[in-house]
Amino acid sequence: MSEPLPATGGAITRAPSRIWRRLSRHQAGLVGFVIVLVILLASLLAGILTPYPPDVGDMVQNLLPPGSPGHLLGTDQLGRDVLARILYGSRISLAIGVYTVVVAGALGTVVGLLSGFWGGWLDTAAMRLVDVQLSFPFILLALVISAILGGGFRNLIITLVISTWVMYARLVRGEVLAVKEKEYVEAARAGGSTDWHIIFRHVLPNVSTPIIIVSSLQIAQLIVAEAAISFLGFGVQPPDVSWGLMLADGRDYMMNAWWLATFPGIALAIAALGINLVGDWLRDIWDPRLKV
Amino acid sequence: MTRYLARRLLETIVVVFLSLTAVFLMLHLTGDPVKLFLPTDALPAQIAEVRHRLGFDQPIWLQYLRFVAGAARGDFGESLRYGVPALKLLLERFPATLELTGWAMLVSLLTAIPVGVISAARRNSLTDYVGIIITVTGQAVPGFWLGIMGIILFSVRLGWFPTGGRGTWEQLVLPTLTLAAYTAARFARITRSTMLDVLSQDYVRTGRAKGLAERYVLYKHALKNALIPILTLVGLQLGQLLGGAVVTETVFSWPGVGRLLVQALLNRDFPLVLAGVFWVSLLISLTNLLVDLAYAWVNPQIHYG
Repeated sequence: MSEPLPATGGAITRAPSRIWRRLSRHQAGLVGFVIVLVILLASLLAGILTPYPPDVGDMVQNLLPPGSPGHLLGTDQLGRDVLARILYGSRISLAIGVYTVVVAGALGTVVGLLSGFWGGWLDTAAMRLVDVQLSFPFILLALVISAILGGGFRNLIITLVISTWVMYARLVRGEVLAVKEKEYVEAARAGGSTDWHIIFRHVLPNVSTPIIIVSSLQIAQLIVAEAAISFLGFGVQPPDVSWGLMLADGRDYMMNAWWLATFPGIALAIAALGINLVGDWLRDIWDPRLKV
Repeated sequence: MTRYLARRLLETIVVVFLSLTAVFLMLHLTGDPVKLFLPTDALPAQIAEVRHRLGFDQPIWLQYLRFVAGAARGDFGESLRYGVPALKLLLERFPATLELTGWAMLVSLLTAIPVGVISAARRNSLTDYVGIIITVTGQAVPGFWLGIMGIILFSVRLGWFPTGGRGTWEQLVLPTLTLAAYTAARFARITRSTMLDVLSQDYVRTGRAKGLAERYVLYKHALKNALIPILTLVGLQLGQLLGGAVVTETVFSWPGVGRLLVQALLNRDFPLVLAGVFWVSLLISLTNLLVDLAYAWVNPQIHYG
């Protein structure tokens, strides 16, 4: 081993170990982190963890209560294994949360950056739109849009993107207003940089922390929103399986099969809780200002 | 003050008008509303007849003008499904929603504010931790799922409350608690954090130093100043509460505006949807105005000119 190597190696390992040390001090964050990790693994390894497919059941074995041989969480009205459906359903729930946050985050960030940086009529128009949309109940807006677009995985993501991008636009705009007065922006401008260069090379990196924090909290809200929309019949459609869709089935059978609605709801609550705890932790260490 | 009020009312009209225009355009740009609500095997002659009767065969700008002219008079046309004026139908269902959201708001404030105040006053105590765990979990649990669980436990198993409907107080209990749960968690969190802020202020220390009773300091000095952010949240939460009512009403078959709108959306009953958007955006804009006026009442330092 030559001299320079330990230095680089040290720099690389130090960052994760510092994050880990901080995480291990923050008990709630640690709990959230473990929950998120378990859910990610469960959704990735669904095919290994359960022998049953999510969409095909054995009608002879329908509505078996939890604890029945071979069906830990019971079976539904079509004899499908509830645990298998929860495991596979986590894929769609998580995918909807993550895709929406990425697309809506990118869209809202660009609008917020331009709006905040340039100001003027663009800013006024964009922020009025944002105000109007934010004052409208999120779930009602999403229902109206998805009723117009129709259900299904892709349309649900489009619906949720339209419903959430404004939040990022407002957040980023506020951050940009603070950042654009900083010396390094002035210096870049004095140095002859173009607006685009300044916006994406100097402003964006300095407003990215709140975006990441809000995105993490947003994923949890989107997973719950997906469930509510699919529950009302506007979202994910069979044969796809999501937790919200399982809850809709469960509601129809709540008189005689309590487990159908209970377990997907618990999965949903645990996932949302875990993601929220990680988001709270990120906020606490990076940006305590954003609290509540 | 009068000028301020006039400007705000004008803004409200613009906001409601813009919301309606957006929804109108979306409804019309994404396909023929008639085809969507007629059966798929309808004959072309039938489709043409219905389109003509509802005015959908006119150019879109004319339809829009007619829509705006109607909306200005509160006339959104007849519900495609029920055959009665859409706004009238909506207003008939509104008292049920008002009853549900009103009780839910009251219950959540009456539970959340004391929890938040006690949590803040006994920071880092066991009580505080229990409060935090309950509120953090409360925010993660979807309201409608809580409602289903409530029905399974209290209606199906124990038989204490009916599974749905409206009329008796027993029917009100489960939907109110379901709807209150989510907002209560948020109110408790914000009460705790603003109280923590306020409790570190000088006037609180002064109050304690001059020997005022702790209860007096907490509720008279601190809580009154913490009320402003809470009040803002009450205003903001009204929109969320109406959104929550959409789902809660569906779970409990509560005959309110929310359930009516879900059915209207499922049935492609566009006049009813537009009347609903009108009503909800009007309601929220006016609430925000009331919240702003309430600031001035809570904090005399705020003046509107």
